[in-house]
Amino acid sequence: MPLKSFREAINETLKQEMRRDSRVIVMGEDVVGGMGGSSGVPEAAGGTFGVTAGLAAEFGRRRVIDTPITESAIIGAAGGAALTGLRPVAELMFIDFIGVCLDQILNQQAKFRYMFGGKCTVPVTIRTLMGAGLGAGPQHSQSLHALLTSIPGIKVAVPSNAADAKGLLATAIRDDDPVIFCEHKFLYGETCEVPDGEYLIPFGEANVTRRGNHVTVVAFSRMVLLANRVADKLAKEGISVEVIDPRTTSPLDRDSILESVEKTGRLVIVDEATPMCGMASEIASLAACDALAALKAPVQKVTAPHTPVPATPNLEQDWLPSPEKIEHAIRTTLDQRLARTG
Amino acid sequence: MADQSYDPIMLLDAYRRMRAIRDFEERMRREVQAGTVPGFVHLYCGQEAVAVGTCMHLLDTDYIGSTHRGHGHCIAKGCDIGEMLLEIYCKQGGLCNGKGGSMHIADLRKGMLGANAIVGAAPPIAVGAALTQATLQTGGVTVTFIGDGASNQGTVAESLNMASILKLPLIFLYENNGYAEFTGVSYHLGGNIARRAAGFGMPAETVDGVDFFAVYDAVGRAVGRARSGEGPSAVEAVAMRWYGHFEGDMQLYRDPHEVERLRANADPLVKFEERVIRDFGIAKDELTEIDEEIADLIDDRVAAAKSAPKPPREALFADVYGSY
Repeated sequence: MPLKSFREAINETLKQEMRRDSRVIVMGEDVVGGMGGSSGVPEAAGGTFGVTAGLAAEFGRRRVIDTPITESAIIGAAGGAALTGLRPVAELMFIDFIGVCLDQILNQQAKFRYMFGGKCTVPVTIRTLMGAGLGAGPQHSQSLHALLTSIPGIKVAVPSNAADAKGLLATAIRDDDPVIFCEHKFLYGETCEVPDGEYLIPFGEANVTRRGNHVTVVAFSRMVLLANRVADKLAKEGISVEVIDPRTTSPLDRDSILESVEKTGRLVIVDEATPMCGMASEIASLAACDALAALKAPVQKVTAPHTPVPATPNLEQDWLPSPEKIEHAIRTTLDQRLARTG
Repeated sequence: MADQSYDPIMLLDAYRRMRAIRDFEERMRREVQAGTVPGFVHLYCGQEAVAVGTCMHLLDTDYIGSTHRGHGHCIAKGCDIGEMLLEIYCKQGGLCNGKGGSMHIADLRKGMLGANAIVGAAPPIAVGAALTQATLQTGGVTVTFIGDGASNQGTVAESLNMASILKLPLIFLYENNGYAEFTGVSYHLGGNIARRAAGFGMPAETVDGVDFFAVYDAVGRAVGRARSGEGPSAVEAVAMRWYGHFEGDMQLYRDPHEVERLRANADPLVKFEERVIRDFGIAKDELTEIDEEIADLIDDRVAAAKSAPKPPREALFADVYGSY
């Protein structure tokens, strides 16, 4: 199977889905890139990160639409277009910008189907960029997938590799519900084997990226890469780590997580996000509610602290979960045990 | 076209819709006061000519985006009054199966994209509907109703700009009814609504929203431009609302005589009736017949809505997702 980068996989999926279904359109800031510029080269960029390169050339500007920097109108129009027969893929350049268009997701798209009595579909996909590490500072670095996961009516995908990006994006575009598709900016250059043809991954099915018996690590998005690396290192010491990548946070594959915790009795959750009301808390709560008897040690959460993301490179590295922090959490849970009474 | 002929059949249809809105809203007012209606209702009396003068130009394949004050838009766009009442009473068989209520009535079969309880939220959605029409080249148009209060929201400016640069078949139909909730337009609005819209490079005009013919003519011009690919337009229709922001609003911010003056001097139905009898040879009896028919219809449908079954408990969990 050919090696492709995360960026290439998304680009290829957009093209394949646009060829397959003429109702699929792509819209957002600079998705064509360079409209109205003095060079006269409209497709100079093909997206801020080059992800939509070549789309306008193949599908035309009726289906690949550069928009002004007006996120409420972009996301709102995508919802309205979805309600009336298109299958829009809207790009929200950075997930941080959700602050200026959240109403269209929270109060509109998420609720259309329910408040209209099930008499509509809302097949909109919102691709957006998450993650810290570029020194881009507090407003271009956040990971807000948990915020969106908390909204009924929305689905949220957090792919961790190029193949999953392809399979989950194709599923998102064909899905009749609103999907937020979170692309970690540090994953764009990561490569893996990706099928050439049609490839669909169902939502709500976790991928077990490492099999193990001693401890369960649940990780999201780029954190899966770090968790895999730590698992491989500890395997050499005879520590057997199971790494679970839920791939979508809504729907969440609770069964796979619980099954693993039942087996290992120890749970570490790694999420590049702030800790309160986040995915780490959600999964810790899942274990406490549904697998407490199986737990041999307190659950360990490896998250960012309850602070904004600093622009300062050294502080940003401290903010981020790291392989060292993950390893420490694994060793801690292996050294601990729950004091039980009765 | 200002010189279009006003077909008597169209005029009687317009009257029927305006009369239905008036009677529907007056009845809702009494029912709210009697405590039979759940939640909030925002009444449209005084503005009937705006919704009807607009929607007389539209087909089921054309879309409208609405507001929290949406009953009039629904009726004007052809939504079934019985199903609307079932929805307002949150009953089974309502347009949204009873889970939307007054502020979320939608009927996609009729091109009604939903009343919307978030002020200023509909215009971006309407941009999307117009984008669908342009992309699929359906020949359809979309109208988004915008209150004077919503006119100040950033979403409206974003939508005006997006519609303008993409040349979408979209009409921004501003309803200046004098108040944004409890705050008068003389206080909350800087500049002028129509001139703001014109600043985005589209034709914009202000008309008397009490006058069906003024609205009908202006919207006719805008719809004509939209259907022929000339892009968006804006119409500001000025028509004061007769009642509060919501029914039950004490309206302490209003001169107590203001509504009396409106009823006496600015009743869209009276104005319409005088004109059609004088200029178009319609007999008073024809209108009275419609009045009676509408009164019976509303009595019947309100009674049916009150006695209809509530949604079953399982409905709580239904239709969050298509699949999950």
